[in-house]
Amino acid sequence: MLVHIFINGEKRKVHCQPDAMLLEVLRDAGCKSVKCGCDTTNCGLCTVWLDGKPVLSCSVPAARVNERHVTTLEGIQDEAEAFGKYLVGEGAEQCGFCSPGLIMNVVAMKKELDHPTDDEIRHYLEGNLCRCTGYMGQMRAIRQYVDEEVEA
Amino acid sequence: MRYVSQPVKKLDGMPIVKGKPLYTNDLAPNECLIVLALRSPYAYARIKSIDTSKAMLVKGVECVLTYKDVPHVRFTNAGQTYPECSAYDRLILDEYVRYVGDEVALVAANNEKAAQQALKMIKVEYEVLEPVLDYKKAVDNPTIVHNYDDYFMHIPSFNADNKRNIVVDGVEEHGDVEKEFAESEVIAEGEYEVQAQEQCMMESFRTYTYLDHMNRLVVVSSTQVPFHVRRSLARALQIPQSRIRVVKPRIGGGFGAKQTIVSEYYPAIVTLKTGKAAKMIYSRKETFSCSNSRHQMCIKVRVGADKEGNIHVIELDTLSNQGAYGEHGTTTIGLSGHKAIPLYNQARAHRFKYRGVYTNMMPAAAFRGYGATQGQFALESTVNKLAHMLDMDPLLLREKNMLRMGEIMPAYYNEPLNSSALDRCIQRGRDMIGWDEKYPCKEISPTKVRAVGMSISMQGSGISNVDTAGAEIKLNDDGFYTLKIGATDMGTGCDTSMTQIAAETLLADIDQFIVAGVDTDISPFDPGSYASSTTYVTGMAVYNAACDLKNKIITAGAKMMYPERFLDETDKVNPKKFYFDGNRVMEVSTGKTIALHDIAVHCAGTSDGNYLNGTGFYSSPVSPPPLMAGFVEIELDKETGKFDIVDYVGVVDCGTIINSNIVRGQTEGGICQGIGLAMYEDVQYDAKGRMMTDSFMQYKIPNRVDVKKIRVEFESSYEPTGPYGAKSIGEIVINTPGPAIAEAVYNACGVRVTSLPITPEKVKMGMMKNELEKQK
Repeated sequence: MLVHIFINGEKRKVHCQPDAMLLEVLRDAGCKSVKCGCDTTNCGLCTVWLDGKPVLSCSVPAARVNERHVTTLEGIQDEAEAFGKYLVGEGAEQCGFCSPGLIMNVVAMKKELDHPTDDEIRHYLEGNLCRCTGYMGQMRAIRQYVDEEVEA
Repeated sequence: MRYVSQPVKKLDGMPIVKGKPLYTNDLAPNECLIVLALRSPYAYARIKSIDTSKAMLVKGVECVLTYKDVPHVRFTNAGQTYPECSAYDRLILDEYVRYVGDEVALVAANNEKAAQQALKMIKVEYEVLEPVLDYKKAVDNPTIVHNYDDYFMHIPSFNADNKRNIVVDGVEEHGDVEKEFAESEVIAEGEYEVQAQEQCMMESFRTYTYLDHMNRLVVVSSTQVPFHVRRSLARALQIPQSRIRVVKPRIGGGFGAKQTIVSEYYPAIVTLKTGKAAKMIYSRKETFSCSNSRHQMCIKVRVGADKEGNIHVIELDTLSNQGAYGEHGTTTIGLSGHKAIPLYNQARAHRFKYRGVYTNMMPAAAFRGYGATQGQFALESTVNKLAHMLDMDPLLLREKNMLRMGEIMPAYYNEPLNSSALDRCIQRGRDMIGWDEKYPCKEISPTKVRAVGMSISMQGSGISNVDTAGAEIKLNDDGFYTLKIGATDMGTGCDTSMTQIAAETLLADIDQFIVAGVDTDISPFDPGSYASSTTYVTGMAVYNAACDLKNKIITAGAKMMYPERFLDETDKVNPKKFYFDGNRVMEVSTGKTIALHDIAVHCAGTSDGNYLNGTGFYSSPVSPPPLMAGFVEIELDKETGKFDIVDYVGVVDCGTIINSNIVRGQTEGGICQGIGLAMYEDVQYDAKGRMMTDSFMQYKIPNRVDVKKIRVEFESSYEPTGPYGAKSIGEIVINTPGPAIAEAVYNACGVRVTSLPITPEKVKMGMMKNELEKQK
């Protein structure tokens, strides 16, 4: 079937199977930052924005996205760098496979929550699993990123 | 030091966080055939007949392969140095399937839909056999998991006996064990079980393959062991190693899972058969149920001591569930004793019995900790129990008995302990957790209690006398360097930490270096990243290569200053007379200098130049143990048995820290993974041998709400055989949570849980049992 999707602001014609999920469509469209970690909506690796809100692209049928706006990490490179520099500064990217999904969610969280507490951050990002860091380095990086503009 | 011990950012950090295409499946060409496996629905069966004709008719299908299409030469998929310690008990596809999920057939198609459809069209008739699903009943079971005669094991002393389902069998003894037990005033004992924990790296197993213009097989794979992949593929496919090139891109985590060669054989054989590029991406379900996990082990322990708390004798008896194939079976079980018993090196005698058995379950292989985790859970739990029997603070009991610097460790291949800050680790952890105020427990409400527990740990740094590493650093014509290592950065940051060692030694800036990723055509030989070997073994090889190159640069500089003095190639430049400061070579007596850039240009581009390439090699007769103390505070609800971690403190002696960011991340991450082992992660099979916990829905790993507070610190020692005094960090960090949390639970409610994970159900059941016994 044919679906029209705005991928990172650019209108794209996508030919896909009727049961194709957004995740595979995005990867086929060249957005390789979007990772598959589980297939069962448990890990958060495939997080992208649909009309500006985080969704798990492994569970969104591509057909549902017709004429809608999808944002991947490729589309927010400045934000990726703005938060990413703290992740790298803490050594909290480690293997990096969960980083794109985490970053999409952290950047969305910063827009959504005002002065979040550590507990609010943990709950917002509960679905973003990581097996490398034990979450501590990520939390330190998120804290720095979230506090950054508050101070400015 | 400029780079060693500094929080240097990982060199690949920014591309990673910007989501650049760096991983195997990001790089695979679009035209790759999709390879899928048909997997056994039975725990044990023989394939009576298999008909692939209908599957071949599906549009887009390129090939369907069965056991009839593969070389009948057995191999091991364990990524270990040759001769491997694991039995040759595998074929790429076999007439027998030995666990639910074992490969029956392969389909390759030009799209995934077609491949999936073809899988359904393969008609298989099975002769279903009775499986062995209880590892305690595996030896001499009427069911023989590997019932054939071409079973092969390089090392006879492991006593493998496939006709009895025995992978490994042995006993080691030191001192007079029976006499020591007879004379012991207090004997603590117990039987412990550690589950088959799953590694759960975020990137599943994946490989793509193609034939290059010279008709060589190129294998791009998410692996910890590129050189072992090359050797094992060559044997399995019956082609020369020289026809295979293995390339490792960025890896999304390994934790030992990728020390076993899982996804590589299948696309490789498809490419050889079809001549076309092929890729295989394991689903999460396959990664859970059709690959490998930690070894489930049952360990019986006895510890004999006098009333003053001097431990005289330790006995440890390990039974290990190998599952269906023998990878890493003999070695993991070894660590359950060799890396537990030496913790109490003052003991005069010890006995270590071990037996590993085949069952019809998913194979166990390598996972961070590699048997030491299991052995230490059993021994540390028993020592904590002994402290209660003696009414002694467990810290004092450890101070009396633990291994000390300068000692020979009889249970650790008689290796010496050259460095240790374990005493300081314990002291620091004690202060950080507030042990003296909190031990053993405090009621904080009528139903809730807070309690503390602790454990100590050791691991190794590489495999003594086995691990080797090569390293090369070349000076390029513009004065920058290329560092070539065969160790595999899998997110662990070794490309960065190895560069730090090189930059420190060559007095260079870190951005003067390019690190070449592992490519078996180009990289120096290295077994790969496992056994906590990279920083220690490869790090020394890099150090040696840097020293070699430094000498060559000095020589080249001196020759440029005084060409007439060093006419003969064999003329040696006296290193005391010339000096390299990272930017230039200087003659000490005259102050005359020549810049590195000029040396590089001269060497590369003039007829009397030279190719300046430093080479280094390292292999160590010892495997120096890093040491650690772990402390936990929990809050337990006595009404439900549920408990949470309030605080976890880990203090590690990993010798000199090379990269303080990386070791902290390793330590926090390892502790979190250990908490998962201790509290949540529970592999379950049904009665027919099907794994039920094959997704993150059923198999819970810790998330960031579960694990709120982990604090880590480091106490440094200096390991004389390591690069700048470094030891390892990667594995030791997973070991303390199991026994420390079990002890905290005991201190909170009097229940000693002896099987992991420690679930609220087990705690509550234990409390009810204690209650009943009290009433009696």
